Amino acid sequence: MSAKVNTMGAAGARPDAAFPSGAPRAGETVLSVEGLCVGYRGEGGSRVPVVEDVSFELRAGRMLALVGESGCGKSVTAAALGGLLPRGMSVDGGKIAAAPGILRAGRGLAYVFQDPGQCLDPVFRVGRQIVEAMPRADRRRSRERLAELLEQVGFHEPERVARSYPHQLSGGMQQRAMLAMALAGRPRILVADEPTTALDVTVQARLLRLLADLQRKENLAVLLITHNLGVVAEVADEVLVMYAGRAVERGPVSMLASPRHPYVEGLLRALPRLERGAGPLEGIPGQVPALGRRPAGCPFHPRCALARAECRERVPEWREAGDGRALACWVRGGGGR
Amino acid sequence: MVGELQGREKLVVEGVSVRFPVRRGVLARVRGAVRAVEGVSLEWAPGETIGLAGESGCGKTTLGRAVVGLERLAEGRMRIGERVLSEAGRAVRRSKEERRLIQMVFQDPLAALNPRLPVCDLVTEGLAEHGLLRGEGREDAAVRLLEEVGLGAEALWKYPFEFSGGQRQRICIARAMALRPDWVVCDEVASALDVSVQAQVINLLQDLKARHGVSYLMIGHDLSVLRHVSDRMAVMYLGRLAEVGPAGEVVERPLHPYTRALLAAVPVPGGVRGAGRRAVLRGEPPSAANPPPGCPFHPRCPLAKEVCRRTMPELEDAGGGHCVACHCAGEVA
Ligand SMILES: Nc1ncnc2c1ncn2[C@@H]1O[C@H](COP(=O)(O)OP(=O)(O)OP(=O)(O)O)[C@@H](O)[C@H]1O
Ligand SMILES: Nc1ncnc2c1ncn2[C@@H]1O[C@H](COP(=O)(O)OP(=O)(O)OP(=O)(O)O)[C@@H](O)[C@H]1O
Ligand code: SF4
Ligand SMILES: [Mg+2]
Ligand SMILES: [Mg+2]
Repeated sequence: MSAKVNTMGAAGARPDAAFPSGAPRAGETVLSVEGLCVGYRGEGGSRVPVVEDVSFELRAGRMLALVGESGCGKSVTAAALGGLLPRGMSVDGGKIAAAPGILRAGRGLAYVFQDPGQCLDPVFRVGRQIVEAMPRADRRRSRERLAELLEQVGFHEPERVARSYPHQLSGGMQQRAMLAMALAGRPRILVADEPTTALDVTVQARLLRLLADLQRKENLAVLLITHNLGVVAEVADEVLVMYAGRAVERGPVSMLASPRHPYVEGLLRALPRLERGAGPLEGIPGQVPALGRRPAGCPFHPRCALARAECRERVPEWREAGDGRALACWVRGGGGR
Repeated sequence: MVGELQGREKLVVEGVSVRFPVRRGVLARVRGAVRAVEGVSLEWAPGETIGLAGESGCGKTTLGRAVVGLERLAEGRMRIGERVLSEAGRAVRRSKEERRLIQMVFQDPLAALNPRLPVCDLVTEGLAEHGLLRGEGREDAAVRLLEEVGLGAEALWKYPFEFSGGQRQRICIARAMALRPDWVVCDEVASALDVSVQAQVINLLQDLKARHGVSYLMIGHDLSVLRHVSDRMAVMYLGRLAEVGPAGEVVERPLHPYTRALLAAVPVPGGVRGAGRRAVLRGEPPSAANPPPGCPFHPRCPLAKEVCRRTMPELEDAGGGHCVACHCAGEVA
């Protein structure tokens, strides 16, 4: 199960019709997802929903951060964008629409997967794998481009890294090699699933700056999946929080300073801080419901301190709350209006 | 806990180095070595949690692997009390019991789990091998272990690929903890987890420590998490220890300029926006295949003097067990 496609359409840089100038303008929507539902067939043939009714837009030159508890469906949502769902899973509803020209051959959608093993092939040297992801125009000067990419992602010994097999690199080095490979295709949209988890803060800051640069200069649209809310606050423009397969709150990144949804509040409270000492961390009581056992009504109600009768019965409606914010919560939705 | 700890001896790492040959050319001749770990000495007390931090590629995982016996030592040795676990120049040979006592939770969970085995087998494999099932059925044991890490019985017959990244990480933790080891190397266990599950897992590890006196070597890069869980903190730079000391001391009164740089770069939620505003180390980390003379940090150090370019600083106690390897420790630029 290694060696999957990592860059869609890294096959050659064709000028695309929709953006004759070469790139979409900043702020333009390049990909929109509406009411996405993903599921698989469980025992007995019934559908087990994994992602339910998730909507968002990716814009050129902007970064959307997707956050949420482990297992809530972030990676599955990301995989659905590029048609890379794991075996057995399929899109059951909703629409994924790319601006014309975006997903066709050429500079398309590139992935940085959560597990290096999903992307790096153990039997080829890293340098060769990156060169193979380059569009044809870049291959003529592949040496320089390879060195440039490796340097951009913070390698100080590009030759050694290029000559290494994946297992000869440390975890953080593999992550950066994957990012270099994704960027080699000069994508328009970058989906980065936990791209900095294994990196120390200094390298992390460097990569985030690189992404911010690419966003600005090349109008790259980024979907960043991470659990590091510090990182989100620093680089993302917008945040979408998921819980048990559903979107629960969305807004500009400033919303993390004053979240409305009880789950998002809990997430922020669970954060360890440098200035806090030892002692147990304040987790959110209870557990994420297992797939196929998600409760009726609001998926968060069994763990929610504010839950009342209607929370247990009906899925909360998605409501706009002003300032580009929206949430799905019966109690807090609409924010005291 | 006290009872469990009594009579247990320290795990001592003495001047350990691990090197990987660099091969080049058609004949794959050895043309040098990556010095992944160089002359590291560390005493790990029973029941103690040591946080190990440092830049990507500085040798943290390699040191952890050497502790569990997965890397051959080029120099130095490792022992518990007088019992030698590994020694330079000899292949690592550990008894079954020694292997059970020292476990590791690996950084890349997908690579660490056999894709062809269901979770039930994965978490109880070690129990069966070491004859620790004690009449309990394999399934019951698996359910109990999975519950400890926040996964339910429905995970039992699934395969690794059917889980999210964080769930796989927890399977790895359950697998390592199943053997009730005394020493556990946790390589970036918290990094793949979101904050609330992270809190659960960290609290679980703390709980096991309180109940069974487990000692952890927590490898990580998130200083806030490390600070939270560690008794002592060690900072590595280019294969060497730069600073070791009580966790609170190291965070509040860092002595090594590299530790200070790391702390200055920690992102804070709700902090200043714009990655550019974080203090970032200037310069490039030097090459592990070709380390600079003198202090390995000198090319990037704001305090570097002539002596730093020539002489390697030794790790020395600056008081209260707070050790630092720097000629200008504690000075400000
Ligand atoms: N191939 C698969 N078959 C069946 N279920 C799967 C498969 N892959 C993932 N799942 C399940 O789908 C759910 C969502 O998984 P996903 O990988 O999207 O989580 P995530 O939000 O990325 O979590 P994490 O932060 O831990 O990576 C999980 O409960 C997982 O167990
Ligand atoms: N099997 C190997 N062969 C050759 N070099 C290796 C091997 N394993 C590790 N290295 C090298 O040793 C150095 C240290 O690697 P290690 O995995 O210990 O780093 P790390 O501190 O764990 O980094 P990260 O935080 O990125 O995981 C790296 O330069 C790496 O390329
Ligand atoms: S809808 Fe109800 S249960 Fe769900 S988060 Fe809001 S208050 Fe809590
Ligand atoms: Mg994931
Ligand atoms: Mg590592």
